Amino acid sequence: MKRREFVKALGMGGAVGSAAWVSGCATPGGGGGPKVVVIGGGFAGATAAKYIRMWSDQRIDVTLVEPNAQFISCPISNLVIGGSKTMADITSPYDGLTQRHGVRLVRDHAASIDAARRVVKLRGGTELSYDRLIVSPGIDFMWETLPGMNRPGAQDSVLHAWKAGPQTQALRRQLEAMPNGGVYALSIPLAPYRCPPGPYERVCQIAHYFKQAKPRSKVLVFDANDDVTSKGALFKKAWADRYQGIIEYRPKHQVVDVDASNRTLKFEFSNDAKADVLNVLPAMRAGEIAVQSGLATANKRWCEVDWLSFESKAAKGIHVLGDSVQGAPLMPKSGHMANQHGKSCAAAIVALLTGQEVNSLPIYNNTCYSFVSDEDVIHVASVHRYDAAQKTMLTVPGSGGVSVAATSLEGRYAMGWARNIWADILA
Amino acid sequence: MTKWVRGLGFVAAALAAATAGAQQATPQQVRSWAAGCANCHGTNGKAREGMDSLAGVNREEMQKKLLAFKSGTRPATVMHQLAKGYSDEQLAAISAYFAAQKR
Repeated sequence: MKRREFVKALGMGGAVGSAAWVSGCATPGGGGGPKVVVIGGGFAGATAAKYIRMWSDQRIDVTLVEPNAQFISCPISNLVIGGSKTMADITSPYDGLTQRHGVRLVRDHAASIDAARRVVKLRGGTELSYDRLIVSPGIDFMWETLPGMNRPGAQDSVLHAWKAGPQTQALRRQLEAMPNGGVYALSIPLAPYRCPPGPYERVCQIAHYFKQAKPRSKVLVFDANDDVTSKGALFKKAWADRYQGIIEYRPKHQVVDVDASNRTLKFEFSNDAKADVLNVLPAMRAGEIAVQSGLATANKRWCEVDWLSFESKAAKGIHVLGDSVQGAPLMPKSGHMANQHGKSCAAAIVALLTGQEVNSLPIYNNTCYSFVSDEDVIHVASVHRYDAAQKTMLTVPGSGGVSVAATSLEGRYAMGWARNIWADILA
Repeated sequence: MTKWVRGLGFVAAALAAATAGAQQATPQQVRSWAAGCANCHGTNGKAREGMDSLAGVNREEMQKKLLAFKSGTRPATVMHQLAKGYSDEQLAAISAYFAAQKR
C-alpha cells in the first residue's frame, strides 16, 4: 500500500527542544505535507481538524468536509426550544478553523469512500485523497422503524429537532403556535442514542415555557427505556418540584409507528396517544456515510474503533469519532465526549504521520450539564481511562458523579462550559 | 522551533522533577491529558468568560488545589469528581503543563 507516512521526526524522550521535521520524499499536490480529510465539522470532527493543525505545527494538511455554513451546537439548543436562548446564541462561524488554523473547508457532503485508493468522493464531484481519513458524521435516524414517518410530508410536520439547525427553530415555532391547554408529546428511543439526558432536559425547558406562557398545557413523555437514562433522581425531583401537573412521564413506552396527519403515536401494548405537537426521536445509528462505508460493525449501527487511535476496526487508515462510535462502557454519546475523541484522535494521527509513538494511556473526562429551568442546572461527570488488558476505555473507580441539587451556580458554569468548548472546537 | 515544542520541553523538565520515581509520562501524553481540561478551561488553558484560565498559573498552587479537590478538602461542584480520575503524578504533570503555557 502506498503510504506517505514518512515524516520521521520529533526527537522524543524528555527534551524535545531540538524537534525537527524531516520530509523524506516529495508529496504531490497541496501544501506538500501529509493529508488528513475530516468528514463532518461537529464537536468531534472540527476539534480533530483544529488540533491536528495545531499539534503538527501546521505541517499536516487538513481538509474539513462540512455541508453547513456555520456550526450550530446541539448542547444549549434545548434552551432555544424553551425560548430562553436564540439560534444566534448557539451558532458560531468556522472562520477560526480556516483563518487561524489553516484548515481547508469544503462545503459539501461526502458521497462515498474508496478505502483502497484512499479517496473521498463528494456529492459535488470533487475527489479528495488522504493519508488518514476521519469520519465524524454524528447520527442518522432509523426511519425504517417508524413506517408512518416515511409518508410524504410526515418528517416536515413531526420533528425530531435532534440535530441542531432548522428543526430547532421549527419546533420552537410549533410550540409558540400551540394553544394554551394543548399537549406536547416527546418519544424517546431505547438507549443508546445521542445525548442521554437531552430528552429529559428538553421536557424541562418546554414545561418551563408552558408554566410561564401556557399554564394549562401538558408535556407527555413516552420513554422506551425502563426509566430515565441519565440523572434520573435529579430530573424527577425537578419535575416534581417545578413542573408538577405539567410533565407526565411514562417509561416502557416504545413507539412503533407514528400517524403524522393525525398527530398520533402508536405503541406495541398501550393505547394510542394524540398530541398537538409531536416530537419523535427515532432510534439512531451512525451517520449514513459511516454505515454505507461498512464502518458500522456493531449491529450495523455503531462503529467499533481502536481506543488508542480511533482507527476503525473495519478499515485501515480510517478513524471514526463522536456519536457514530460504538461507545466504551459508560461512555455517553455527548458533545463533550465527541470533543475529547477529537483531541485523542488528533494526537494519535499526528503521532502516526510523524513516526512517533501513539499515547498508550489516554485519559479524558465527560461533563454534561442539563438545564432544568432557564437558569438552574444539574450535571453528570465521569473520567475515562484506557485499560490495556481490556483494550477499552473504562471509568476510573471512585471518580465522577452527579450534582447534589440543581443550582444557578452550575447554570453559570454550564454557559461557561458552552463558551469554552465552542472555542476549543472552533477558535 | 515552535511555541508548543518549547512548552513541551519545559514540561518535560518540570515533569522529571514532579514525577521522580513514578513511571515517566511523555510530553505528548501530558499534553493530551491536559487537553482533556480544555473543554471548560480553554485550549492550552486560555479560558473564555465564565471559567478559570489555567495558562501560566503557579505550578505548585495548581497541584495543591487539584490534590485538595481530589481529597475532598476543597469544596467544588464538579472538580472533586473529576480530580479523582487522575493519579497524583498525573495531576502534577498536568499542573506543570499549564504552568508552562503562555497566559
